[in-house]
Amino acid sequence: MDILSYDFMQRALIVAVLISIITPLIGNIIVLKRLSSVGDALSHSGLAGVAIGLFLGANPIISAVIFSIIAALAIEGIRRSFSAYSEIATAVVLSFGVGIAAVFSGKVPNAANFNTFLFGSIVSISEFEMYVAAVLSIVVIITILILYRELFYITFDEEGAALSGVPVKTVNFIFTILTAIVVSVAARTVGSLVISSLMIIPVACSMIISKSYFTNTILSVVFAFIFTISGLFVSVVYDLKPGGTIVLIGIAVLIILIPFRRK
Amino acid sequence: MSILEVKNLSFSYPDKKILEDVSFEVEEGDFVCIVGTNGTGKSTLLKLILNILKPDSGEIKIKNIPSKQFDKYEEIAYVSQKATGFNKSFPATVREVVSAGLYSKTGMFHFNRAKDKKAVERAIERVGLTEYADKMIGKLSGGQQQRVFVAKALVNDPDMIFLDEPTVGIDIKAVDSICCLLGELNTAGITVIMVTHDISSVLYHSNKVLMLSEDGKANMTDSKTFNSETVMSHLHHNHNKEG
Repeated sequence: MDILSYDFMQRALIVAVLISIITPLIGNIIVLKRLSSVGDALSHSGLAGVAIGLFLGANPIISAVIFSIIAALAIEGIRRSFSAYSEIATAVVLSFGVGIAAVFSGKVPNAANFNTFLFGSIVSISEFEMYVAAVLSIVVIITILILYRELFYITFDEEGAALSGVPVKTVNFIFTILTAIVVSVAARTVGSLVISSLMIIPVACSMIISKSYFTNTILSVVFAFIFTISGLFVSVVYDLKPGGTIVLIGIAVLIILIPFRRK
Repeated sequence: MSILEVKNLSFSYPDKKILEDVSFEVEEGDFVCIVGTNGTGKSTLLKLILNILKPDSGEIKIKNIPSKQFDKYEEIAYVSQKATGFNKSFPATVREVVSAGLYSKTGMFHFNRAKDKKAVERAIERVGLTEYADKMIGKLSGGQQQRVFVAKALVNDPDMIFLDEPTVGIDIKAVDSICCLLGELNTAGITVIMVTHDISSVLYHSNKVLMLSEDGKANMTDSKTFNSETVMSHLHHNHNKEG
């Protein structure tokens, strides 16, 4: 437990706990709506925001949040234009994010800092970033709790939800903003390239054993917590990238659980 | 007492006229079956009544309130044709799905209380699925899933229930079971308005039949005078017109 005496490790642990709660809360809805690729598109757009933020000398997490929100809104807009081929929207936004990130990554004053956002870095979380992550995470958790019934109804049956008076467009818009926030907050610790995995793998694990929507939500948070904390410690002890370590632990658990899937 | 009034209703899609000058009334306690061949606007008519679609002209009143202004959605319920088309691997229990139906009554910022939970259990009991309340909905048979959606519709104790093809895609035994359930609900005082292809439900359970024809017209008859001969002559008439 000596490693917990380091300030950077305490900060990393706090942010990791928050991320392990907020990513599956969002991931649960994304997976059940069958929109798993949206996480990838937003995380790559967030990366573009990081590159631009570093280029302009602004806080990269805040610029990532702004860029991810713009990307999320763009996905919705493009999806309406190509209603029969809505997956085009995520591919276009993902490509745009990668393009911008690639162009600006060569122009950022500190390339090493940019690289920490690709695969995550526990040592690079500043105190300010920890507070930003904490505030944004609390906003996400409270909003998801308040909209729990609406999100369940929309995810299960969007038409039925609209007919029952659920403000579907407003709730979907809020959820899009929350997704963008989560992607940006998680970028620093687990890395932009593996955020969507952290959204999806805990949910995939919980879907194997859960018996209701409620238990699926709780179990996905439990799985994400176990993967994130264990991955964080393993990465520190063996000097590995935390994002990749967290995801690989998750994949290992998923492989172990698959044979137990109910028919 | 009239619970639903439709007067001179017309509706067209950009490429096709669907309903023209349709008028009819539904009394409290009626069991109305809406029948007609494919494309005659049966589902469209339900969507117009429920304000999901806007009519070109005409007037619709639910409980004497113009449908555009009607907002007592807890008093009416709708089981969509798409209801059973949900993602079968969705991890939701029967109880969770039925609870979602409470939303039209409770609205936002509401946490289910003891009386809400009681309403959910009662609705599940009414459709005979108490022993399945904690089962995942995707694991049930097609007929049982349709019962879950009827329970979701019943959870707010509505006066009127609209159903769009509730017997499509389920086996004949389940069709019979759903029709009997709707008959029981109607006997208990709920007005039932159902789009269906299933003539047996028309003959055994309904008291009125609204027949839509391809020229956009509608004709409401007493189901006692409605028989398979009427249907055949109607279909034959339309077939000759198409020819």
